[in-house]
Amino acid sequence: MSKVPADLRYTKDHEWAKQDGDVVRVGITDYAQEHLGDVVMVELPKVGQSLAAHKVFGTVESPKSVSDLFAPISGTVSAVNDALDANPEKVNSDCYGDGWICAITASEAGELAGLMDADAYSAFLASLDA
Amino acid sequence: MTEPARRRTALYDTHVALGARMVEFAGYDMPVQYDGILAEHERVRQRVGLFDVSHMGEVRITGKDALGAVNRLITNDLGRVSDGRAQYTALCHEDGTIVDDLICYRISPEEIFICVNASNRLNDVAHMRERLSGEATLADESDAYSQVAVQGPHARELLQRVFGKALAATGAFRIRAATFDGAPCYFATTGYTGAAGAEIYLPNDRATALWAALMEAGRDLGVGAAGLGARDTLRLEMAYCLYGNDIDRTTTPLEAGLAWVTRLDKPEFVGKAALVAQEAAGVPRRLVGLEVFERGIPRHGYPVKHAGSEVGHVTSGTLSPSTGRAIGLAYVPTALAAIGTELGVDCRGKDKPARVVATPFYSPPA
Repeated sequence: MSKVPADLRYTKDHEWAKQDGDVVRVGITDYAQEHLGDVVMVELPKVGQSLAAHKVFGTVESPKSVSDLFAPISGTVSAVNDALDANPEKVNSDCYGDGWICAITASEAGELAGLMDADAYSAFLASLDA
Repeated sequence: MTEPARRRTALYDTHVALGARMVEFAGYDMPVQYDGILAEHERVRQRVGLFDVSHMGEVRITGKDALGAVNRLITNDLGRVSDGRAQYTALCHEDGTIVDDLICYRISPEEIFICVNASNRLNDVAHMRERLSGEATLADESDAYSQVAVQGPHARELLQRVFGKALAATGAFRIRAATFDGAPCYFATTGYTGAAGAEIYLPNDRATALWAALMEAGRDLGVGAAGLGARDTLRLEMAYCLYGNDIDRTTTPLEAGLAWVTRLDKPEFVGKAALVAQEAAGVPRRLVGLEVFERGIPRHGYPVKHAGSEVGHVTSGTLSPSTGRAIGLAYVPTALAAIGTELGVDCRGKDKPARVVATPFYSPPA
C-alpha cells in the first residue's frame, strides 16, 4: 500500500503539492517512486523558471528509464532541492520530505485547491491496480 | 482481444514470495527487481547473487557430424576449443546480420549444447533447422530445463558448499556434468555479469530446491536474488551485447565489435560471404563504448552527434552503479570510433558532451 499523506494535494501524474508558507512545495508520490525504482538522477528546473500546469518541467531517471515530471500548478520556481544532485536516492527514501523537488510561487489562485485530495488520489490509485 | 497467457518459470512462486516486481519478457513473467536494481547490482559485484534465467532456450545438436553442422551455422570455430569448453558466438543470416548471440558448449564432437536468448528461441530453432547439414539432429530442449545463474566474488565459495570442491574449482568457460538432488544437470562456468560464477542447467522440478539450497548455504556470504534489471546494468558495465538493443538483424558481427568471435578463416558458415565482402569493402560503422558528461545519461535511441551532425545512435545506456559514470554503447562511423574521439549525445533535446572510451567500463577485481 503506498503512502498518501492526508495534508497534500495530488495529480494523476503522481506528483504531490503542498502549501508551505508563500510557496507550493512539490515532489513525486510514494506510488511514483515505488514504480520508478532506484532514482539515480533528477533533472531539476532552474530557479526563476516559469512553469505551466501539466507541462514537463524536469525528469527523474532510474537505471533503466527516464520519466517526465509534470508541473502540478503554474507559477515560477522559487527554489530547487539541490541536495538531489548528490543524493537522488532521497526521492525514494523520503519522497514527501527530504526528497522534495522544487518550490513554486503560484501564479493562478485556486489551482492547488483544484488538485485531488488524499481520498481522491487513493481512489485513483485503487483504480489503476484494478 | 486476449493476449496469450504468459509463461512462468519453475521459480515464479519463489520470486513472488520474495516480493519481486514481475514484468513480461519474451513471453515469460520474469522478476525485474526484488529489493532494487542498485542493491542487486551491488550484491553481485560485492557478494553473490542468484538469477533465474530459466526463460533462456536450450538446443542440443547431436550426431556424427554435430560439430561440423554447428560450425557451419555459427561465426566462431568450435574446432578451436576442446571437449567440455564453452564458446561465445554469433549466429548469422546469409546477409551477414545477426540472428542471435549464443553460447555453444562443446560436450563432444557428437554433441553440442547451445544456450540461446529467450526472445529468439523459436527464430533460432527455425533458422538452424532450415540450414542444418550433415549427419546431425537438432532438438529444442528449452522446456525441459530451468537455469539458475550464481554470480559474484563469493559465488565459488557458495557453489562449493552445494556442488562440492571439484566442481566449484572448474576453470572459466567450461561445462561439466553434475547432479543435484539426484537429477543430472550441467555446471557451466559462464555468465553475463563479468563476475565469477556458474550457470546451472537443471530439470524444472529441481529448480526451487536448488534455489533454496543456494539461499540457505549462502546466508553468511550475503546471497540474495538479482533480477533482470540488475542483469542489464551488470552486463552493460562489461560492454556485453544485448540482442535487440546492440545487435539485431540490421547489424553484422564486424560492426558490433564481435570480429573476435567471427572466424572468416573457417571453410564455410552461414553469412561468411557477406562478411568477407564487408571486411573487404571496409566496415562502415562500429559499436563503441561511450562515456557521457555533464549529467547526461545515454539511452537506447539517443542520437550521437559530431560537428553538428547526427552520425549514429545509442543502443544501450545507463548510469553505471559500480563506477558512477554515464556509460553506453553506440554505433558510430568507423572514422570516429577511435578511443578518445569527442562526440555528443542528444539527451532528450540537450546536447551532452561524450567521448569514445575503452571497454569494459568496469574491471572486476581479479
